[in-house]
Amino acid sequence: MSIRERMSGNEAIATAMRQINPDVFAMFPITPSTEIPQYFAQYVADGKVDTEFICVESEHSSLSACLGAEAAGARAVTATSSAGLSYMNEVLYVAASLRLPVVLAVACRALTGPININHDYSDSMAERDSGFIQLYGENNQEVYDNYLMAHRIAEHPDVRLPLMICEDGFITSHALENIELEEDDKVKAFVGEYHPENYLLKKENPLAVGPYGVSGYYMEARVAQAYAMKNAKKVILDVAKDFEKTFGRSYGFFEEYKMDDAEIAMVIMGSSAGTAKACVDELRREGIKAGLIKVRVFRPFPGEELSKALSNCKAVAIMDKSEGFSACGGPLFAEVSGACINMDKRPKMVDIVYGLGGRDFTVDAARSVYDRLSSIVETGEVGEIYTHMGQRE
Amino acid sequence: MAYNLKEEMNKAERFHSGHRLCAGCGAGIVCRAMMRAVDPEDRAVICNATGCLEVSSFQYPFTAWEDSYIHTAFENASATASGVEAAYRVMKKKGKIAENENVKILAIGGDGGTYDIGFQSLSGAFERGHDFTYFCYDNNAYMNTGTQRSSATPRFASATTTPSGTESLGKKQNQKDLTQIMVAHGSPYVAQTTLFGNMKDFHEKAHRAIYKEGPTFVNVLTPCPRGWQYPAQDLIAICKAAIDTCVWPLYEVVEGEYHLTYEPKKKLPVEEFMSKQGRFKHLFKPGNEWAIEAAQEYVDTKWEELLQKCK
Repeated sequence: MSIRERMSGNEAIATAMRQINPDVFAMFPITPSTEIPQYFAQYVADGKVDTEFICVESEHSSLSACLGAEAAGARAVTATSSAGLSYMNEVLYVAASLRLPVVLAVACRALTGPININHDYSDSMAERDSGFIQLYGENNQEVYDNYLMAHRIAEHPDVRLPLMICEDGFITSHALENIELEEDDKVKAFVGEYHPENYLLKKENPLAVGPYGVSGYYMEARVAQAYAMKNAKKVILDVAKDFEKTFGRSYGFFEEYKMDDAEIAMVIMGSSAGTAKACVDELRREGIKAGLIKVRVFRPFPGEELSKALSNCKAVAIMDKSEGFSACGGPLFAEVSGACINMDKRPKMVDIVYGLGGRDFTVDAARSVYDRLSSIVETGEVGEIYTHMGQRE
Repeated sequence: MAYNLKEEMNKAERFHSGHRLCAGCGAGIVCRAMMRAVDPEDRAVICNATGCLEVSSFQYPFTAWEDSYIHTAFENASATASGVEAAYRVMKKKGKIAENENVKILAIGGDGGTYDIGFQSLSGAFERGHDFTYFCYDNNAYMNTGTQRSSATPRFASATTTPSGTESLGKKQNQKDLTQIMVAHGSPYVAQTTLFGNMKDFHEKAHRAIYKEGPTFVNVLTPCPRGWQYPAQDLIAICKAAIDTCVWPLYEVVEGEYHLTYEPKKKLPVEEFMSKQGRFKHLFKPGNEWAIEAAQEYVDTKWEELLQKCK
């Protein structure tokens, strides 16, 4: 039986961690992810987990310690935000290339400057090419569910890649919402024990990890890593299928909201999707064929599937909650528009950068986006492709 | 049991030949000796910082290491070792590693990966008290990138970022005294050694460090033929000159108590050390005598300070 509870996204993640009982948790605090290790520290203090909980001196070291632990044969986790994730940058790439399935919870927060503690995706989007799998949740329930699936995806022999569980800083990490938790033993049974094939502490077979790879070998290693990311697509869906069978909640690469006959649509991520869905409901009541796609899996990017889902739309707005400073659109726009490049009949597409550093995103704001899409459909004129929304001029 | 070089050399090799370190490089000697100090019945995991040793000893698909080995990055050997040690503890607790099995966790880096870029993670791991031993092969500069100065480069040494020239006598600052800093961390065992004689000093210190519980530190002066500019065969003579001039005194600090492990019968002038190396060549030009005097003065002061601590 599921347990009805009420808690924040951070507590939901910490709860999932407690239920999974990882071997090693290396932590360094940063707002708004700090509560995750704090909750966990209490579980350690109360003897609820067997985890070796190490309070290291930086995020660079927290992830490095996770790599050491994971390579040694243990299941390792950590959590961070913003500058902490940036400080890990070097080690993120190492984690992925060493094929160590560390699970990293990210309470997504703006990057400096100016310094800001509120939500956008500048931190996680900056690491989109690090080789981590990235799963995004709309609310505490999705973040919790994503976490329960994380280790099985990351540790799968066809994948063996590290994974980020992304929640929206403060909006999801700190807001209390209803949630259905699963029972401890059922979670443990679903996630299973970690049994790596080769590891440093294996008695029978010493292991060397992290070689110098000259030009004659480097490319093969990188291509193998690229294939692993491709393989992750099937594994993500397989694990989601088993999750649905076990716990009843269904997940795919993205959620399609009223897309069956949608003519105008938004592609969006995280908690903003909830706000935008309310707007879609309003528009539908008015007879406007509006829809929404909420991207859950950003890495691997489900380009083919997404382009199919958009194929019947006439105009689409890609909602970027981070700036890429490319001068031609944010990271989500680059992916989605790129994915649609070979479609015979493409919808018109615009990119809207919104909500930076916690700038509010409202139902009215969503409506203005759909209004713009309607006028694109009416006039056939796209206008400016890449714009910002919600800022003072 | 008394140290016996012959017996030590009969042990199975745990750092193999075929690695790509230069002829006359001290790092390979450090690794062989370090691994001889791990009892044959015990396993080890070596956590290596990026540097010459890493790129030379584990170039895919070959490894010189008999034991398990991990390299992740430059500045995080101690953090990586912390994770390995945490995994070892929890896996023992969970019965995934047998009670009677003994795995020694070793970290090793050059002075760049230890004194400088890796110092934060080193300090953090020592403060937390992980059970591991850190070996620094201190070759006095960033050698893997081509002899740029580090905080371990001694004053007046010419390095590629502090070259000697018409207006320069090389590096302007004295070497950071990392060994003392590690003592200040409250480590149960800290030692300085180098490569000379029958390696008794190195072996005994390495063994004591590895088998002392807690974070322990061994700082090894390790000449580099490219950076120090000496003929390969002079390596041991240079190390011997370093200890006889007291440029690199041999001592250990056990639970905070200082022990001098070598006192030269006759303390030699610093020129004996400097004149064997091209990096100090400019000091021997007329007019630069003051620099050698200043170097001597610094060595004398540090030596006196150490003698006071060892009393």
